[in-house]
Amino acid sequence: MRPELLHLPLALFCAPLLPGIINRVKAFFAGRCGPSVFQPYRDLLKLLRKGAVFSRTATWVFRAGPLASLVCAAAALALLPLGGLPALVCFPGDIVLFAYVLALGRFCTVAAALDTGSAFEGMGASREVWFAALAEPALLLGLAAMARQGGELSLTGLYGSLEPAVLLAPGGPALLLVAAALLIITLAENSRIPFDDPDTHLELTMIHEVMVLDHSGPDFGLIQYAAALRLWLLGALAAGLLLPVRTGRPWLDLTAGLCGLCAVALFTGVVESVMARLRLTRVSQLLAAAAAFSVLALMLVRGAP
Amino acid sequence: MSFWLESLIILVVLCNLRVLGSSRLTACIQTVALQGALLGLLPVLAHLDALSARLLLQAAASTVLKAAVFPWLLNRALRQAGLQREVEPFVGFTASLAAGVLFLGAALWLAARLPHAGPEALSRLVPTALFTIFVGLFVIVSRRQAVTQVLGYLVFENGIYAFGMAFAEKQPLLVELGILLDVFMGVFVMGITLFHIHREFDHLDTDRLTALRDS
Amino acid sequence: MGAFLLSIGLLAAGGLGALFFSRRSRLAGLFGAGGALLGAAVGLAEVLPALLDRTPRPLRLDWGLPLGSFSLALDPLSAFFAAPILGLCAAAALYGVEYMEAHSSRRSLGPSWFFFDLLMASMLVLCAARDSVLFLIAWELMTLSSFFLVTFEDEKESVRRAGWTYLVAAHLGTAGLFLLFMLLSRQAGSTDLSAVPALSPLHADAAFLLALVGFGTKAGFMPMHVWLPEAHPAAPSHVSAVMSGVMIKTGIYGLLRVLSLLGAPPAWWGWCLLAVGAVSGVLGVLFALAQHDLKRLLAYHSVENIGIIALGLGVGLLGRAHGMPLVSVLGFAGALLHVLNHVLFKGLLFLGAGSVLHAAGTRDMEHLGGLLKRMPWTGSTFLIGSAAICGLPPLNGFVSEFLIYLGAFYAVVAGGAAWGAVAIGALALIGGLALACFTKAFGVVFLGEPRGEKAAAAHECGWPMRLSMAALAAGCVLVGLCGPMVLFWSSGTLLQVCALPPAAFQSLLFGSVLPPLLWVCGAGAALLAALILGALARAWLLRGRPVGESGTWDCGYAAPGPRMQYTASSFAQPITGLFSFFLRPRERASGPEGYFPASASYATETPDLFRERLYEPVFSGVLRLAWRLRWLQHGRIQLYVLYIALTLLVLLLWRLG
Repeated sequence: MRPELLHLPLALFCAPLLPGIINRVKAFFAGRCGPSVFQPYRDLLKLLRKGAVFSRTATWVFRAGPLASLVCAAAALALLPLGGLPALVCFPGDIVLFAYVLALGRFCTVAAALDTGSAFEGMGASREVWFAALAEPALLLGLAAMARQGGELSLTGLYGSLEPAVLLAPGGPALLLVAAALLIITLAENSRIPFDDPDTHLELTMIHEVMVLDHSGPDFGLIQYAAALRLWLLGALAAGLLLPVRTGRPWLDLTAGLCGLCAVALFTGVVESVMARLRLTRVSQLLAAAAAFSVLALMLVRGAP
Repeated sequence: MSFWLESLIILVVLCNLRVLGSSRLTACIQTVALQGALLGLLPVLAHLDALSARLLLQAAASTVLKAAVFPWLLNRALRQAGLQREVEPFVGFTASLAAGVLFLGAALWLAARLPHAGPEALSRLVPTALFTIFVGLFVIVSRRQAVTQVLGYLVFENGIYAFGMAFAEKQPLLVELGILLDVFMGVFVMGITLFHIHREFDHLDTDRLTALRDS
Repeated sequence: MGAFLLSIGLLAAGGLGALFFSRRSRLAGLFGAGGALLGAAVGLAEVLPALLDRTPRPLRLDWGLPLGSFSLALDPLSAFFAAPILGLCAAAALYGVEYMEAHSSRRSLGPSWFFFDLLMASMLVLCAARDSVLFLIAWELMTLSSFFLVTFEDEKESVRRAGWTYLVAAHLGTAGLFLLFMLLSRQAGSTDLSAVPALSPLHADAAFLLALVGFGTKAGFMPMHVWLPEAHPAAPSHVSAVMSGVMIKTGIYGLLRVLSLLGAPPAWWGWCLLAVGAVSGVLGVLFALAQHDLKRLLAYHSVENIGIIALGLGVGLLGRAHGMPLVSVLGFAGALLHVLNHVLFKGLLFLGAGSVLHAAGTRDMEHLGGLLKRMPWTGSTFLIGSAAICGLPPLNGFVSEFLIYLGAFYAVVAGGAAWGAVAIGALALIGGLALACFTKAFGVVFLGEPRGEKAAAAHECGWPMRLSMAALAAGCVLVGLCGPMVLFWSSGTLLQVCALPPAAFQSLLFGSVLPPLLWVCGAGAALLAALILGALARAWLLRGRPVGESGTWDCGYAAPGPRMQYTASSFAQPITGLFSFFLRPRERASGPEGYFPASASYATETPDLFRERLYEPVFSGVLRLAWRLRWLQHGRIQLYVLYIALTLLVLLLWRLG
């Protein structure tokens, strides 16, 4: 079997494990047993079996939103390499397509939220686009820094050419700045602490959760699933940079990639357990810092020989 | 080895960004202290194969002064004045971060026009030094609190130190010691002055000291 | 050239017919729009083949004037800009037939249609002109006809003000062009543009700067953009679509034409365009975000998109200056395709805004809402336009932005990290902010509940308006899915702009530019297919399940109303607050007071930074100086005749003495 065909089904199947791991870590820190790591699967199955209730205000935009964001996340997955496995699709510049497909998903989610006419959802949508507007330059500039160091223009090429020696080469340490920026973006785009608290129960303080408040049944399941996929997508970018294991054996590399993803989930869980949410005005500072990391890295890498 | 040297240089750069982006004064002091310590470590790492007593002594002296004595003095001044934050600087913190990125770009552009001799791993030291100097000047110009301005001088001095290290194989000891002494006296005098200003006027806002001029 | 001239003749006939029958609005519309549609059909028959034809057949007539000649030619560059003019003007004319009906009871529509056709004809002549004098005459006709179109509703004070702003700004730009063409004609020894010799670096630099200012004013580069946010909202919507869609592009055309005359560019020209593009793009979208007026918002977005085009041109020029042909091809290709794409989506969005204005009677977003249910055609096409202008795949905006991005990434890899990074950072920030801006525009206007009675009573527009919007929306989707084909058709233009040897150009185009684009468009098609499959699967999943309807979740509050919805200002506030250094919004608030507060109000307004801080001080200074000259003005006609006679005498003495 060709290895690039493997990643997509693997990711589609395993992605809900990541939120499971995060919840488990948070439970551990809080001294609880916590739900099983497979709980997200049970939630998804249950939601998919339910009926649905729609708001009278909503139109087809509301109904299309969850599906569109899921399809976009899956499409981005097709561009993502993992642990030495090449992506299903790769061509020069797929970096840009990756970022913009995610943006399309965000557009659909935000439009669906505004379709309900709810003040809460409008507020969540407003904050979502605010964070995203700052996170997007950070992501693309960070990937540009990697492109400059690696001399490649596709995600597969970039991550395929990464190995420990690259990080140790002149200019390599600057890539660690990109990794830091990617971790910050992962937290921001997945609405995690310190940007957003996924566990809050007050509408006024939610961001992502409040945008999906009116979705129910299978649509809500799609949203949860898409969120897990997005965590996988961005987490894999950060993990691939921090854990560039290249043994030459595909299975070993793939395992390392999966371990990296689990490490990102662990990291997220630890951050959520030990940190509080930032004040909203500080959020833009943190995202600006991520963008600054990316630009610094872009300046400090040596460039391809 | 180059990995560690380069990481060290990147950390120095990050320290500058932290100084630009943080409003808490204790955090700024810690960051400047860390930067001093990193710069003290730099010559040791760079000349690991040819360590001499003089080099070690010099590194130790500057590290102790910058990473321990100055922060202690400043922290004391802070405690006495009861200050915590830099409020309402002339340039906001996010804007300062953006300015910092521009400074680094300018420093790289300038450094590419300077002659460079020395190990490859140190080739990023010249722009970093220039960047640190710029940041120091920017902090002095853009902040209100006297304490932050002292921090700006310290960052500035760190930049000069790094600059000297990038160009001279062996440090001109006298020059470096002279500058250190200057800054030491400066910090010392400022610490005392700060205390007195605070006691007299109940604030440390240099902007409001303009009221003292002859009109 | 026969069909091209016939097209211009048809336009002239239509316009004159409309003017002749101006008493009868139906007949005037028939002549005006019919002339535009027929002229477009005939013109396209000539222009489309010229896109790939590398051997233009010039037409040259002496016209008896002391200067210049009537000399036209259609090379690929001209054809590339003429084709969208014909297409968009045809769609706008069709739209205008229904849109202008509402005004027919109050005023005669004849002059408006006359100027519409005149605008279209002058833009066509402008694109094909090969003579400085002819070019300037067409340029001036274009400016004047669009001025009369903008001031259509001249009973409103705001419209008159907007018209004057536009006229003054346009003529300041034209002054730059006069100098530019005088410089070129002096070097060439004639007014023929094809006779311009290789210029010395100093002359070339001066010509570039003059072109940047002169053409940049029309195109809307910051800080010369101030007329755009005034004139576009004031004009009738189909005219706004034409002005924003194609008229400002004549500035880009002029810039490209002059660049093609100036030879190899130095790097600083590229930096100049890159800086102008980044500033226009980012500030344009930020100011757009802060607006409440739908058409003003769209006008600022034109500034943003012109910025993106300038970024592409900058990348292209820098690539050429630094000897990176691939980067240069990608940058120019992105800029050219963005010209075309902006015609499609901005035309569509202005027409959509016109329908909203037509149906709900207001452009103020704070009084709109819930229009998608009432106007499904307008709403759906506006959604397509919104997604396209944000540069989202699989629509056309992404295709052109992708090419510029790719050029910038290649530049970063190949050693142009500084300018590549500027382009990438600016594009990414623009992309993120545009997404915020258009989720706001679409969400507040079309989604949720109506915020006013007029919006609640809105109705869908008629078939002519729907048809023209649907055609433009289809164009957005088609270009998005067939990007490589469109790029291939514009390859003649691209070759002309890049100034590469044809063989090298072909190998770059087929080797490195088209393949990624093919992937992008293939991925877009796959995305659409997956969406359709997903929708079917979702419908199957929900089949037979209980699907209920209820109110929106209101946190337990018993009486939610449309007024409680998030408003456009509040949606944008976090971002406008973050960038308040540039935007400097003004707030007027009266908070609730006392134990039983009766009323409270809050209003923000974001005036243009450059207008307030740059132009108003300068112009008020000029005005003060001009007051000093008042002693010359007495209002006595004898004295004026004396001035004229004295001037003539002095001139005579100077010439003969």
